[in-house]
Amino acid sequence: MASLKELRARINSVKSTKKITSAMKMVAAAKLSRAERRSKEAQPYAAAMQRVLVSLKRSLGERPGLPPLLAGTGKQDVHLIIPMSSDRGLAGGFNGNINRATRNLVNRLLGEGKTVKIFPVGFKALVYWRHEAPKLIVGSEITDFRLGDVNIQSADHIASYIESMLANKQFDVCTVVYNHFKNVMTQVPTELQLVPLNLAVTEENDTKQKSFTAPVSGDQADYIFEPEEDVLLQRLLPQNLRTQIFSAMLETNAGEQGARMTAMDSATRNAGKAIDKLSLYYNRTRQANITNELTEVISGANAA
Amino acid sequence: MSIRLEIISPEAVILSKQVEMAVLPASEGDIAAMEGHAPMIFLLRGGIISLYEGDKVTDSFFVEGGFAEMQETQCTVLANNIRKLSELSAEEGYKRLTELEQSFKEAANGNDVEKQRDLVDEIQCAQLIIDVVDASKHKV
Repeated sequence: MASLKELRARINSVKSTKKITSAMKMVAAAKLSRAERRSKEAQPYAAAMQRVLVSLKRSLGERPGLPPLLAGTGKQDVHLIIPMSSDRGLAGGFNGNINRATRNLVNRLLGEGKTVKIFPVGFKALVYWRHEAPKLIVGSEITDFRLGDVNIQSADHIASYIESMLANKQFDVCTVVYNHFKNVMTQVPTELQLVPLNLAVTEENDTKQKSFTAPVSGDQADYIFEPEEDVLLQRLLPQNLRTQIFSAMLETNAGEQGARMTAMDSATRNAGKAIDKLSLYYNRTRQANITNELTEVISGANAA
Repeated sequence: MSIRLEIISPEAVILSKQVEMAVLPASEGDIAAMEGHAPMIFLLRGGIISLYEGDKVTDSFFVEGGFAEMQETQCTVLANNIRKLSELSAEEGYKRLTELEQSFKEAANGNDVEKQRDLVDEIQCAQLIIDVVDASKHKV
């Protein structure tokens, strides 16, 4: 049986853990509302961008000589995978899920005999891959792999790197693995193919996100393009790449706070339960000790 | 007669309101967005977006590029970097101009025609910042 002193120490330690987790929960909740708002505010831009791209694509049709950002390099051999995690842990399964999803994807690709390069965004993804497969990591010359404060500049930084790699034919397919922010409780690891641009997904999103923008009159209008389609496309594709990366980063940011809030909430509750259990045990032990002492005193007195 | 003008940056919706007319700096000349305009998608150059009620300019923004989508009753501007005119400063314009001219020279030495063409756009944009600030000073 643990001594009373030991029990008291345990109870105090769990109590201070509970204080920390509940404080972290509050902080995450505050950050979450901001992150969620930012993610929402960025949506109209992404939606309009997709609408424009879809109508451009429709007007252009299938033809050779499309830019590589849209059409790819024509091969499928080298895959650039971008796992997006948070910089810090203590967020439940948030980062573990991403790393597992990436691991599965990478294993599948390697099994098919493809070459895989990994460009982690977020410190937790870096740490995982530095341990798992340090040779696959690329991009250490331009970034410290942190998610940091999500802003359009950091998305631009990543996008420029992807573009330069594509220009040098260093990969054929680029996929981001990020946590799609479904709601505060649920984040779903999602694979999003950036290069070549997957317009099937784009069109699906387009119909899904229509509610964010004004109704399109007659569904698809016949647009006049100025300048002509190819030139527009050349300008829009890089912008679209940035927008997609940016929105994935925003969702990761919001998801991290959501996951942390949920994790810390259950940690706080568990700590509360542990305290109750320990206190009960403590009191029982204390009473047992008193009873013991009494018995000793009484039996001592009787013997005398 | 009015058209819904939405100005959206990658980070937020900057403006969304009914206006009679808005003049947008398209890449090949200014375009006025009014109700009933033919559907159109166009690039923007660096320039000023002016909102009109009647003959009066009610509001104006400085945009550094982006693109716009026009429909009969709605015009959506996707702007990369957008500010109120009052937020511009001449120093910023001059600083940018010197930097850009430097890289233009480098591009000229390297015979990088495409880069040069992009830089010309940016130089015009920087010059415009300076002009706009100058003009507003004279008015005051």
